[in-house]
Amino acid sequence: MNLTLRIWRQSGPDDPGRMVSYPVPDVSPDMSFLEMLDVLNERLTLDGEEPVAFDHDCREGICGACGMVINGVAHGPERATTACQLHMRHFSDGQTIDIEPWRARAFPVVKDLVVDRTAFDQIIAAGGYITAPAGSAPEAHAQLVRKSDADAAFESAACIGCGACVAACPNGSAMLFTAAKVTHLSLLPQGQPERSTRVVGMVDAHDAAGFGGCTNIGECTAVCPKGIPLTSIGRLNRDYLKATRDRDGAPGT
Amino acid sequence: MELFTHGEPIADTKAPDGPIETRWQRRRFGAKLVNPANRRKLTVIVVGTGLAGGSAAATLGELGYRVKSYCYQDSPRRAHSIAAQGGINAAKNYRNDGDSIQRLFYDTVKGGDFRSRESNVRRLAEVSVEIIDQAVAQGVPFAREYGGLLDTRSFGGAQVQRTFYARGQTGQQLLLGAYQALERQIGLGRVEMYSRHEMLELIVVDGRARGIVVRDLVSGEITTEYADAVVLASGGYGNVFYLSTNAKGCNVTATWRAHRKGALFANPCYTQIHPTCIPVSGDHQSKLTLMSESLRNDGRVWVPQRAGDDRPPREIPEDERDYFLERMYPSFGNLVPRDIASRAAKGVCDSGRGVGATGLGVYLDFADAIGRLGRSTIADRYGNLFEMYQRITGEDPYEVPMRIYPAVHYTMGGLWVDYDLESTIPGLFVIGEANFSDHGANRLGASALMQGLADGYFVLPSTIADYLSAGPFEPLTDDHPEVAAARNDVADRLARLLACNGDRTVDSFHRELGQIMWDHCGMERSDTGLRKALAEIRSLREQFWQRVRVPGDGEGLNQALEKAGRVADFFELAELMCVDALHRTESAGGHFRAESQTPDGEAQRDDDRFSYVAAWEFTGADRPPVLHKEDLDFEYVHPTQRSYK
Repeated sequence: MNLTLRIWRQSGPDDPGRMVSYPVPDVSPDMSFLEMLDVLNERLTLDGEEPVAFDHDCREGICGACGMVINGVAHGPERATTACQLHMRHFSDGQTIDIEPWRARAFPVVKDLVVDRTAFDQIIAAGGYITAPAGSAPEAHAQLVRKSDADAAFESAACIGCGACVAACPNGSAMLFTAAKVTHLSLLPQGQPERSTRVVGMVDAHDAAGFGGCTNIGECTAVCPKGIPLTSIGRLNRDYLKATRDRDGAPGT
Repeated sequence: MELFTHGEPIADTKAPDGPIETRWQRRRFGAKLVNPANRRKLTVIVVGTGLAGGSAAATLGELGYRVKSYCYQDSPRRAHSIAAQGGINAAKNYRNDGDSIQRLFYDTVKGGDFRSRESNVRRLAEVSVEIIDQAVAQGVPFAREYGGLLDTRSFGGAQVQRTFYARGQTGQQLLLGAYQALERQIGLGRVEMYSRHEMLELIVVDGRARGIVVRDLVSGEITTEYADAVVLASGGYGNVFYLSTNAKGCNVTATWRAHRKGALFANPCYTQIHPTCIPVSGDHQSKLTLMSESLRNDGRVWVPQRAGDDRPPREIPEDERDYFLERMYPSFGNLVPRDIASRAAKGVCDSGRGVGATGLGVYLDFADAIGRLGRSTIADRYGNLFEMYQRITGEDPYEVPMRIYPAVHYTMGGLWVDYDLESTIPGLFVIGEANFSDHGANRLGASALMQGLADGYFVLPSTIADYLSAGPFEPLTDDHPEVAAARNDVADRLARLLACNGDRTVDSFHRELGQIMWDHCGMERSDTGLRKALAEIRSLREQFWQRVRVPGDGEGLNQALEKAGRVADFFELAELMCVDALHRTESAGGHFRAESQTPDGEAQRDDDRFSYVAAWEFTGADRPPVLHKEDLDFEYVHPTQRSYK
């Protein structure tokens, strides 16, 4: 296959950035999308040009490092697939492919396709945990957990923190990411004592980091490589309203 | 030139003797403590945020130490522990099937082919039960039964069901538990987190590990960071083979730099090669993906009987197929252990009967199982794996057999540590896959997660206090001669890499190095092959330093420069792996020497000559390393020959 890539190049946060075209000949349909970028980068290096910077690590869809907007869609055209698991057989000979970084106020571009997602860590640090210092845990079977709750908690806990939800959201909201963690922990009996402080702390950190509000558009769940459902945001909202009502006597403040 | 020289034997001086059941208890009682008010005056650096490093940094923060945590990824949550699939072993005996701490200890020593240290393995088995309690308390959503109890399943090398799991994402869920505990400490200000930072040198002052030199991967700035103790939790070195199931960024630099500063490197040749991975599809291949071992429960492994038979698999009649595992190992069949299955697959491919475009693959066929059990039963058991296979290869395993081939998966070797997990440099502790201690010559499935978390949550936080009780140590400044030298070494090395400006990319060298290692220091090693590899590695290393091309500069994000530094260290490690493999003329676990096999082709250990840990001392990049032996005594588990016929 012969392809034309139009890739966002930006040398650093102060560079306005631009799309640059690169022809890439001899692409094998068995290559992953990132392997196709590897081939381009090898050639750019030998031609004396700067290779394209992009985040990646496990290349099996679980670490959440990779992420790029491919032809306008976060992680590209295949549903429930990260960019590293996307293969070139889903593209056609002669196609032009646009590749851009996540674009959101809370995810500033570091270089080319690399963005800064530390805001996600800040949201977790503000309450996305259960306090259980090592050594303090009771016997694992001391508390039973309904299988349906454990399974549902797992579905939310499967979030890989890639940020596609933010990139796809017209508001640049990270509500799906935040709600996935709130849902995971609030479904478990161990998560109950901190249920209120957790949701308030996480939502406050979310807003402080510059993410937008959620208006139930649903683009987030459509691009989520792990299929985190939109209903988890409903669960977050319920927990948040209850927590703020208990705290202030008036919900939502 | 001599390959290596002999040095003084070493001993683990911290492990108490006497009854093994109480050694850990007695060591903990004998260790000095640090009172809570003094802990905040002590600083600990932790490099790496996987299961070992993440859990250690969080726990040390909880205890009140000042912790600085470093990872090269953009977030501590992305460390490669996240990709572990199968599960975590623990001797809970919830199944009432005869499990016990003693049995987990026994299985692990035996699974390691009698090349691990009994004291450490016994402690690992003891601590395993606490890990499950800890993870459940943190909200790790393990699989459960309808009654609300934890579910467990079977894994290789054991006859009891002691493996706890969360679908095929157990590593992810355990790592997120540790990551969340770590983020809590970061939020509380007890841990300072430096992501996108890479350790490039260890600082040793007055014989103690006192800090690290790091590069901020975004700004390019090189800084020196000081502490009273340094903990390396930087993972394994499987990426020396270029293609492995490791993440692309996994590297040996942190441990190799420490090795160059005096820490002994133990058993570097012990490498685990996993039999069921998706094969290489072409020269563009950048990494390999594991397909769970569980598939061999229902899949049958075969190749065509005739070399060069390139008919589609469904057109090859039954009597022209060779179900080689069933033929060679009639009693275990397709379920022989990892090392055996891997070597057998290599053997049939070497004889020209491999399948797929590259000839490096064998079929894993579910046609019989689908015929016997129905498609829906197979989908229930393996649906997600079939889907992953189809996503990567474009082939439907319900219709055509999977193609699989072995791939490098885990490294049992690592920096030598004593019972306290302290290296031969005082104040330098090494935990998780980065150390050598618990798996001997072969790791059992579901034991890597157990070891990482045992080290990080429970062992290190106890043992490091004994060392820290002598601190805080004298404050250091950037103008201290040892500090300045370490920092200058880093700057010079980066400048050298950037100045080469040659005609080959870093990846082209890495691929070539990986191929040499795979051919000669992979599934089967021989004297001739290893000597050839050593000559090729040395010559390639020289070329690397003359011809590598690293674009850009060191002033900002430069991913090629990061890779170049890692590959430079892999070159030096590769030589040591070959020397270690060459000197160990026995076969043991993941190390198979062609010269040491039984008459029917199985691995032949030589306990009289090789029942020791080989701990290597660095003497210079072009000088022979020095071999120090730690003799292994087996008081509780007596070495036997493994057989699977």
